[in-house]
Amino acid sequence: MNGSEHRLVLDTRTTLLDALRERLGVTGPKKGCDHGQCGACTVLLDGRRANSCLALAVAHQGADIVTIEGLAAGEDLHPLQQAFIAHDGFQCGYCTPGQLCSAVGMLREAEAGWPSAVTADVAAEAVELSPDEIRERMSGNLCRCGAYVNIVAAIAEVAAR
Amino acid sequence: MRPFQYERAADPAGAIATLAARPDAVFLGGGTNLVDLMKLGVATPRLLVDVSRLPLDRVETLPGGRVRIGAAVRNSDLAAHPIIRRAYPVLSQALLAGASGQLRNLATVGGNLMQRTRCVYFQDVTKPCNKRQPGSGCPARAGHHRDLAILGTSDACVATHPSDMAVAMAALDAAVHVQGPRGPRVVSVNELHRLPGDDPRRDTVLEHGELITAVELPALPLAARSRYRKVRDRASYAFALVSLASAIHVEDGVVRDVRVAFGGVGPRPWRAWRAEAALRGGPATEAAFRAAAEAELAEARPLPDNAFKVPLARNLLVRTLLDQAGGQSR
Repeated sequence: MNGSEHRLVLDTRTTLLDALRERLGVTGPKKGCDHGQCGACTVLLDGRRANSCLALAVAHQGADIVTIEGLAAGEDLHPLQQAFIAHDGFQCGYCTPGQLCSAVGMLREAEAGWPSAVTADVAAEAVELSPDEIRERMSGNLCRCGAYVNIVAAIAEVAAR
Repeated sequence: MRPFQYERAADPAGAIATLAARPDAVFLGGGTNLVDLMKLGVATPRLLVDVSRLPLDRVETLPGGRVRIGAAVRNSDLAAHPIIRRAYPVLSQALLAGASGQLRNLATVGGNLMQRTRCVYFQDVTKPCNKRQPGSGCPARAGHHRDLAILGTSDACVATHPSDMAVAMAALDAAVHVQGPRGPRVVSVNELHRLPGDDPRRDTVLEHGELITAVELPALPLAARSRYRKVRDRASYAFALVSLASAIHVEDGVVRDVRVAFGGVGPRPWRAWRAEAALRGGPATEAAFRAAAEAELAEARPLPDNAFKVPLARNLLVRTLLDQAGGQSR
């Protein structure tokens, strides 16, 4: 996790989210709905965004996990973290760690040319991340404060680089 | 959550043998539905046999142009696969219309087919439900049923199958490859899911211990112009009220071939056989599309709060086929 290895003995019922929060003290990933509906628990699991609340820890032994705590390089924030600050992409902050991990994974998917439900031609090789594309691709992350407009602007800025 | 054992399967045969010896065991794919149902107390397995890492994770073209999709392929990988995007766009679109990016990264093809209904009464163990607890009753008929089925229902159950992916596969006539304690077999995706009748407990025709290993798509030139359209309460990340997987080939104004399947209307992905039969060989006109939709929906048994699905399904079929036929010679 975040570049270091941890050996844990866990009840099989432990989700990846609970293992991170309760056993490793990594409280960035948040427990929102705990049913895969809100995205607050999103982490990068072997490089891909995933809901840690529906992943059993025991089923992901040996996985490479990156949480919000692992995005910055020392004191240097990840470009998406900087952009969320610059664009005021949060209010209470509860969904933000999930939003950021999801955005990191989403940009990788777009880079790989993955289409989305709003892509006009799914066979097209390249994706241009319009605001509509960003909204669709980030729909698995809810924000009860309603910071969506600024979240989209923050992601669009980084996507355009 | 009830305590359970966990095993990671080394090969399909081992996984099947383990399940065959344990009636209280189930296969675990990506877990996006099963783990949730375990949290809710709806699923109470004593043993999980993890099949998500079996070497069933490839998409390959077979001789003759068929495409074989391993059951452990993740939904996101399948949606993004170049072969699927080019030759079967309806399948990419259906996958992308389902769930969220982070759920699609976990969910497997086999798990998607085997997911359970999202009927609120099925998911709430404090409520009666004939699917969860046979004979306990179905509160949905008199209660919340706005999102439930209008076709293929019974007095015992009006649940819908929630998958988008399966609707596209139904239109494509996909073949589901299964291995089990009594050997391998192939089941059409259109025969995989059962109608509830008076025994809504079992969603599929699979026996305990039978494992989906692959889904095979036939070579189907028509599919290159196929499409998935989904109507839902919000623009993204919601289950279908009604969805449609369709493809049509029109020549000189005549329907040479057509494929139509609905989602959100039945206990299984609803292949519209009657509509197809009504259309094939006939004129590609709005009136014909409307008559075909009405033929399919004649047997709908809507409830008060989901009666809107009948005209919605009809209009969705008419509008989409008009769009798809529009660019072809009339």
